[in-house]
Order: sequence, then C-alpha cells, then structure tokens
Amino acid sequence: MIALRIFDPHIHMTSRTTDDYAAMHAAGVRALVEPSFWLGQPRTSPASFYDYFDSLLGWEPFRAAQHGIAHHCTLALNPKEANDPRCTPVLDALPRYLLKDNVVAVGEVGYDAMTPAEDTALAAQLQLAREHGLPALVHTPHRDKLAGLHRTLDVLRESGLPPEHVVLDHLNETTLGAASDSGCWLGFSVYPDTKMDPERMIRILRVHGTDRVLVNSAADWGHSDPLKTRHVGDAMLAAGFGEDEVDQVLWRNPVAFYGQSGRLVLDSAPPEGQSYEGNSILRGGE
Amino acid sequence: MLTPLATLRTGLELRLGAGARAWLHQALATAADAPHHVNEPGLPPWERDFAQAGRQCGPHALRPEGEAGVAEAAVPPRDPADTARVLILHAAAPDTATLARLYEHGTAAERRAVLLALPHLDPPPEREGALTLVEDALRTNDTRLVAAALGPYAAAHLDAHQWRQAVLKCLFTGVPLSAVAGLEHRAAGDGELARMLEDYARERTAAGREVPSDLHTALDLARFPHTAEGPAAQGTGTDPGALAAPGTGGAEAPEAGEAPDSHRTPRSPQEP
Repeated sequence: MIALRIFDPHIHMTSRTTDDYAAMHAAGVRALVEPSFWLGQPRTSPASFYDYFDSLLGWEPFRAAQHGIAHHCTLALNPKEANDPRCTPVLDALPRYLLKDNVVAVGEVGYDAMTPAEDTALAAQLQLAREHGLPALVHTPHRDKLAGLHRTLDVLRESGLPPEHVVLDHLNETTLGAASDSGCWLGFSVYPDTKMDPERMIRILRVHGTDRVLVNSAADWGHSDPLKTRHVGDAMLAAGFGEDEVDQVLWRNPVAFYGQSGRLVLDSAPPEGQSYEGNSILRGGE
Repeated sequence: MLTPLATLRTGLELRLGAGARAWLHQALATAADAPHHVNEPGLPPWERDFAQAGRQCGPHALRPEGEAGVAEAAVPPRDPADTARVLILHAAAPDTATLARLYEHGTAAERRAVLLALPHLDPPPEREGALTLVEDALRTNDTRLVAAALGPYAAAHLDAHQWRQAVLKCLFTGVPLSAVAGLEHRAAGDGELARMLEDYARERTAAGREVPSDLHTALDLARFPHTAEGPAAQGTGTDPGALAAPGTGGAEAPEAGEAPDSHRTPRSPQEP
C-alpha cells in the first residue's frame, strides 16, 4: 500500500471510536478538522453547545494526539438548530470562542430548510468570520440542494467574505458548476450510500481538475466511513492520477484552505511520554 | 519548589523570537492595565491576549536556535505558551470568579495555564474557588490537565484523600509522578497511600500487567518512616511485583487511561 498523507477537512470525531482513530492513522490520516454540527438529537440550551465546544477544544484534540493525528475545529451554530430559539443565544457567545487557538474556521454554517431564521444565523456568522479573519465552512443543504446553493451564494456575495475564504461543502454533480464559478473552495463528502462515492469523485476530478478541491469523509454518528478519504486516494491512483495530484487533494489543498486562519499547527509534538510515527511527515506539510 | 515568576519570564524571553517577545511585552502591559478597565463592555483586551497566546508564543515562536537560549533555571512549565499565559494571569491579577470563568470557557491549554498560575497569583485566589478548578481537572482523563492540577497549589491545599486519589490516578493514566509537586513531603509515612499503592500493584500483577515503575518510588516514600506499623509489617508490603494472588490472573484490572474507581474507599478513613 502506497503511503499517503491525508488531511480530512471535515469529520465528526466526537462520534467515532479509538478503533477509528487507529485505522485512520494506519491509512495515512495525520490531520483533521472537526466542524461543530448537530448531534443527531436536539440540544435544548446554549450550555449544551458550550460543553460541545469545550470538547472540540480540549478532549477531542487530546484523543486525536494519542493516535498521532493533529486535531483542529470549526465552531458555529449549525443551520438545523438555528431554527430553535432555545439554541440561538449561542450566537452571543461565539465571538469569545472564535478567538481560540485551535479554531481554524467558522462552521458549519449554511442552510438546512432555508428558513428566515437560517438566513439570520448564516449572515451573522459570516460577519463573525470576517471580523475574526477566519475562513467559513458552508454546508449546502441535503434537500433542494441546487436552489439552496444559489441562495447561499447570494448571501455570501452580500457578506463581503472573499470567495477564497469559503468552502462550499457536500457538493455533487448538480452543484459543481455554480460552486466552481463562484471562486469558492469545493468540498465533497464521500459516503457509503449517500452524498458522493469514490468513483463519482474520480469523474469530477477528471472534469474539474484538482485545484480548490477538498475531499472529506464527513464521518459522524450515522452510516459513514472515516477511511473514505483514503479510498478516494486509492481510486485516484488506480485511475491514473499521479501521487502529487493525490497529495494536492488530500493534503496540500486542506492545508492551504485552513492555513488562511493562521492557526493551523501541524508539527505539534506528541503528548508527553508518547511518541508516534509520522511527526516528520506532518512537519513536511507546510 | 515554586519557580519564581521572574525566572520563568527570563527563561521565556530568552527562547522567544523578537516578534513574539514584543507581543508578550505588549500583552503584559495590557494585562497590568486590566484593573482600570473592569467596567468596560465586551471582552477585556487582556483576555483576548490570554486566548491567543498559543499562536503568538507557541513553539513556532521560539528563536531559530530553538532551545539554545534556555537557561538551566527554566523548569516547568516548559511550553512557552503555558508560561506566557501564566505571566499574563499574574499581571492581570484576576479575582477568583474571573479565573473560574477563564477555566470554564477555556481550551485545554487555557485551563492548564489557569492551574499552573494558581500558586503564583497575587493576591492568591480564594481557596474554595481555586480547589474547585483543581478538582475539576483531576476528574478529567486529559493527562495534561491532571499533571497541571498537581502543582504546588494542590500540594498545599488538597485534602489527604483527594491527594492520594490523584497520585493513584497519575499511575493509572501514565502521568509521571515527577509532575506531582511535594510528593516526597506528602507521601512520607502515609500508610494509607502505601496500602492503596500495594493494592494497585497486586491488581496489576494479578492481571499479568506491568506495575508502573513510579509506583515503587512512591511506595518507598509512603512506607517511610512508619514501616514497622504500616501494611508492610502485616505481610503485604513485600515487593509488589511478587504480590500476585494465585488463581486471580483473570481478574479485570483497569486499563491505563481509565479513571480510578471512585467507589473505592480507604480501609481507614482516619488520617494516618
């Protein structure tokens, strides 16, 4: 198996096991970004968000480091819970959390059901991204995706956030064209059954090329697979892409996108008393 | 022993590059000015600096020659961002409620800095409030927090039961006992600690697992100077490695990383 270095730019490790961490490291994953999202069941107060943010800023990076993986996060009120007035006060606390060293973007923001409440939360959080000099991870809706993308692009234009500071995520064949024309980074989530799969990803890479493309597993508490990034790398090699192109998509592109935050640390030492392979590989990522 | 703040600051400044050093000077000046801005709206500027210290004074901010400038006196905290945050906290002299807020809303690195700063603060924090933070950190399984919690403040203020549990937790989670401030003083002649360490050694041995080497160090301390009265005199104090009870090899022992069993209670609730 060819050694690849992999940066998963979107994965919810809070929902994953230590077996996943070990398998990811064995597959070549050396860095990841965990966006804050919903937990599969509703939160009922802002305090639930604070505990979740604390986990993304403390416990989960600790778990990841034990497996030789650098962990960063993005923080936001997610689109689904932007509709719940019990949760929206978290917007007032976000400025304090967005200062934290490990936060490399605002996200996931975007649309779920395209409601006025989602409009408000999206615009407010894009403004926070501008104020904090952070990129934004923008989720495109699973239902009515193309219309949702166009509405997202309208709000992005109004926000004044430069397109190179935005990744549009969960794209597919129907949304690639408009997303690419916008100048934003292009995120693709590769799943076992839904979203994208490795073969379709190869077809998109053949047509679009490897520039501005991020591939993620978006693995979470549902049916998903944290090794999908590796599967795409293997599929690229099998389809005739060179190792440099695989490295661009699976490592250099996410490093370039999240590196715009100025907060990406990929050569951090392992926890005291522990060592792991691959530290030198991480250092080579910059 | 508590390293004087001036020594910590000198050690840090020797290590930092020019840009980071200038940032630190500005941050300390801003923090020293904090008491004059307590009633202003929004997040105080010094708290922003406290949050951002990792990317201003992290390992990447060290001089190119790296550790060459480290004075011998530059003892822990060795992470430059830890030291920078401790210095900022000292300069800002926050009250205990502010400390608690910074800890509660802090990253692991910020929480570590609050814990490391406790013995340095002037005025000192209120004991109950500060111990709440130490106890919170000791409940976690994040070894960086557990180690930071067991500094000179814990050595001076944790009660005997909490302190013994913390020592045992270090052995469980792989935190070297060199992180425990005042170990020699507090462990000396602590028969209950000796009993807990011996039980743990027996549990590990029965499961066919290695006994942490640090355990022997602590056990030697705990047995002295009450060896004649302690568990050792009752036939359980021989080499813990030889304590495996026949036929108990299948017993479940905690894995490294597990929290100590909170239901364990000392046989003798009285202080030794």
